[in-house]
Amino acid sequence: MSQSKPLSLHVPEPTGRPGCKTDFSYLRLNTAGDVRRPPVDVAPPDTADLAWSLIRVLDDSGNAVGPWAVDIDSDLLRFGLRTMMKTRIFDARMVIAQRQKKMSFYMTSLGEEALGTAQALALDDGDMHFPTYRQQSLLMAHKVSMVDMICQLLSNERDPLKGRQLPVMYSVRKSGFFTISGNLATQFVQAVGWGMASAIKGDTKIAAAWIGDGATAESDFNTALTFAHVYRAPVILNVVNNQWAISTFQALAGGESVTFAARGVGSGIASLRVDGNDFLAVYAASRWAAERARSNLGPTLIEWVTYRAGPHSTSDDPSKYRPADDWTHFPLGDPIGRLRQHLTLRGLWSDQEHDATSKELEAEIVAAQKEAEQYGTLASGRGPDAASMFEDVYKDMPEHLRRQREQSGV
Amino acid sequence: MTMIQALRSAMDVMLERDNNVVIYGQDVGYFGGVFRCTDGLQAKYGKSRVFDAPISEGGIVGTAVGMAAYGLRPVVEIQFADYFYPASDQIVSEAARLRYRSAGEFTAAMTIRMPCGGGIYGGQTHSQSPEAMFTHVCGLRTVMPSNPYDAKGLLISCIENDDPVIFLEPKRLYNGPFDGHHDKPVVPWSQHPLGEVPEGYYTVPLDKASVFRPGEDLTVITYGTMVFVAEAAARETGVDAEIIDLRSIWPLDLDAIVNSVKKTGRCVVVHEATRTSGFGAELVALVQEHCFYHLEAPVERVTGWDTPYPHAQEWVYFPGPDRVGAAFKRAMEA
Repeated sequence: MSQSKPLSLHVPEPTGRPGCKTDFSYLRLNTAGDVRRPPVDVAPPDTADLAWSLIRVLDDSGNAVGPWAVDIDSDLLRFGLRTMMKTRIFDARMVIAQRQKKMSFYMTSLGEEALGTAQALALDDGDMHFPTYRQQSLLMAHKVSMVDMICQLLSNERDPLKGRQLPVMYSVRKSGFFTISGNLATQFVQAVGWGMASAIKGDTKIAAAWIGDGATAESDFNTALTFAHVYRAPVILNVVNNQWAISTFQALAGGESVTFAARGVGSGIASLRVDGNDFLAVYAASRWAAERARSNLGPTLIEWVTYRAGPHSTSDDPSKYRPADDWTHFPLGDPIGRLRQHLTLRGLWSDQEHDATSKELEAEIVAAQKEAEQYGTLASGRGPDAASMFEDVYKDMPEHLRRQREQSGV
Repeated sequence: MTMIQALRSAMDVMLERDNNVVIYGQDVGYFGGVFRCTDGLQAKYGKSRVFDAPISEGGIVGTAVGMAAYGLRPVVEIQFADYFYPASDQIVSEAARLRYRSAGEFTAAMTIRMPCGGGIYGGQTHSQSPEAMFTHVCGLRTVMPSNPYDAKGLLISCIENDDPVIFLEPKRLYNGPFDGHHDKPVVPWSQHPLGEVPEGYYTVPLDKASVFRPGEDLTVITYGTMVFVAEAAARETGVDAEIIDLRSIWPLDLDAIVNSVKKTGRCVVVHEATRTSGFGAELVALVQEHCFYHLEAPVERVTGWDTPYPHAQEWVYFPGPDRVGAAFKRAMEA
C-alpha cells in the first residue's frame, strides 16, 4: 500500500478581489473572424471545437470580419444600437427611481444589452422568449410600452400584473416574453416544452430559453438539455455567462477549465460560444440557431461570453467581492461602444447622432416615467385594487377565496 | 371496468375529443405504463400525442408547464407519488402560480397523474400519500377518486379544467375495492356496482363530495382507499356512519361536510397519510370552525403513524377497519 497524503478540498476563487486586478486570461478568446461557420445542419458532435472557441465578428478597429460577418440591413443595425442605448438609459433612470424609493427594487443589464436586442431582431414574431430577469433588452427591441414597464416596476394602479410581482418580473405575452419567475432556471425547461408543443402541433414557431452562468448549476439546466436533445426541440438555449452570480465567480458554477457551451456538446446539442458584446456576432449566431431550429434540425446551445458590468441588483454592492474597475479591463469591452465604432466606420452613425439619440431617448424615458407615476408609485401608496389580490389564483375564484376576500375587508 | 381501465378510457376519450391533449411520462408510451393505465393509447393516437419520457420528474412537469403555456393540455404521469419531489419546484413555483403572477396572460391547464397510497407492501417509496404537500399550495387542485366510475369522470373533469390539477390514484384500488382486510381475497371491480363505467364521455364535477354511505350516528370525512375501510368499520361496529368521499380534496365541498356534521354531531377524519400537518388537520380545523356548537364529541383522526411507510409492519401502519372502528366507538361514547 502506498502512503496517502491528506486530501484537500478545492474551492475555486476569482483572480480579482477588491483592491487587485482580475486576470482575464481564463477566458478562452479568439481574434475576430477566426472561428469557422458550419452549415446549420451540422451534427452536434462536430461543434465540439466551436464550444471551446469564441465566435467574434467585430475586430478591435470595428471592422466586421470572417465567416460570421453576415449581411445585416443598416437600418436594423442602427435600430440595434438605439435599442441598446435605450436599455442602458432606462436602466440608469430606474436605478435613480429605486434610490428615490419610488420602487422597491431594480436590476440593470449594464454591459449585456447586445444579447436580448440582437436575438430579438434575429427571431420572428410569434416566437417565445423564456427570459431571466436580465433580458429587458428583449422588451426594448420589441418596442414594449415603457409606461407599462414602469407601471410594473412601481406596482401602481396601471401595473399590468396588478402589483403581484416584484419589480422587473415582467410578463408580456403579445411580445413573446414569458412571465418571469423568481425561481432560477425553471423557465429553461419550460422553453423546451413550449418548443415541443410547437413541434407537436406542426407549427413553425420556435422558443428561446435564457439562463445565467450561475443558474446552470440548477437541475433544470441539465433537464432542459436532456429533453431538448431527446425530442430534438426547436429551441435556442442561451447561456449568458456574465462571469458572476451575485458574488460568486463563474468558476464556482462549474466554469473552471471548461466552457458552458461544452455542456451542450456533451448532451448531443449543437453548441456555439460567442462574444456576447459583439452585436454582429450575437445577431449572426442567433440567426444560425433560429434557422437550425426552424428547419427541424433541433436545438442549439449558445454560451454568450459577456460581463455583468453593474451590481447584481439594487440590493448588491459588488465592491465587496470584486475589483471596482473590473469592467474597464474586460477584454470584450462594451457592446454599445463596439457597435457604435463599427457603424461610425461605415458612415452609418456619427457622434452628433449619438448625442442627439441619447438626449432623445432620455427625454422619451423621462416622459414615460412621468406618465407612469401619474398612476402612483410605491411611495404614494396608490397601488392596484386590493381585492384583485384574490383573483387569478384559479380561473374561477373558489369559495374559500371568496370568504377570505370578505374577511380581508377589501 | 377496473380503475385502470376507467382511467385509460378517460384519457382515450379526451385524446379523441381535444387535439391539444397530450400524454407522456416514464414508460407511458410504447409500453403503456407500469400499471397499464395508458395501454394502447400510443398505438391509437401516435407518438406525437402519447410518448415516453426520460426519468426526470422535474423535466416532465417543467416541459408540461411550457406546453400548457403554448396552449396544449398536457396530462403527465409521475410513476409513483413518492417520486414527485424532484418536480416540486415546477409544481409549486411554476404550475401553481403561472396564472396569478402573469395576471392571466399564461395559464397551466395541465393534469399530473400520480399513483399513491399504501396497502401493497410498497415500502417507503411506493406507498406514500403526499396530498398535504399539494393542498398547502395555492393555485393547485388536488383530486383523488375511490372507484372506477368516479376515476373516469373526475379525470375527464380535471383534463378539461383550466387550473393545474394533481390527480392522485390509489393504486391499491386499481383492480378492486379494498377495505383493509388484507387476509381476505380481493374482489374485482367487475363485481362492484361502481365498476359499471360508461364507454363514452361523461364527467364527475370537481369540488363536489359524494355521500358514499348515508348515516345518522357520525360523519366520516375521507377519500381514496379509506372510503372502503370506513365502510367496513361501520359494518363491523354497527355504527351508522355517514361516509363522505371528498373526491376533490382541495378546493373541497365544505357544504357537504358541514351539513353532515351538523346533522350527526360527531366526526371522524380518516386518511392514510401521516398525521402531523396532514390534510386531516385542515379538515378537523374546518369542522371545528364551522360546526363547533353542533359537536357532541371531540373530532377524531385516524391516520398513518408519523413514521416513514414501513415494509414488514404494513398492517400495523395502515389504518385498517379495527383502528377506524375503535375511533367510531370513542366518538360515540364521548
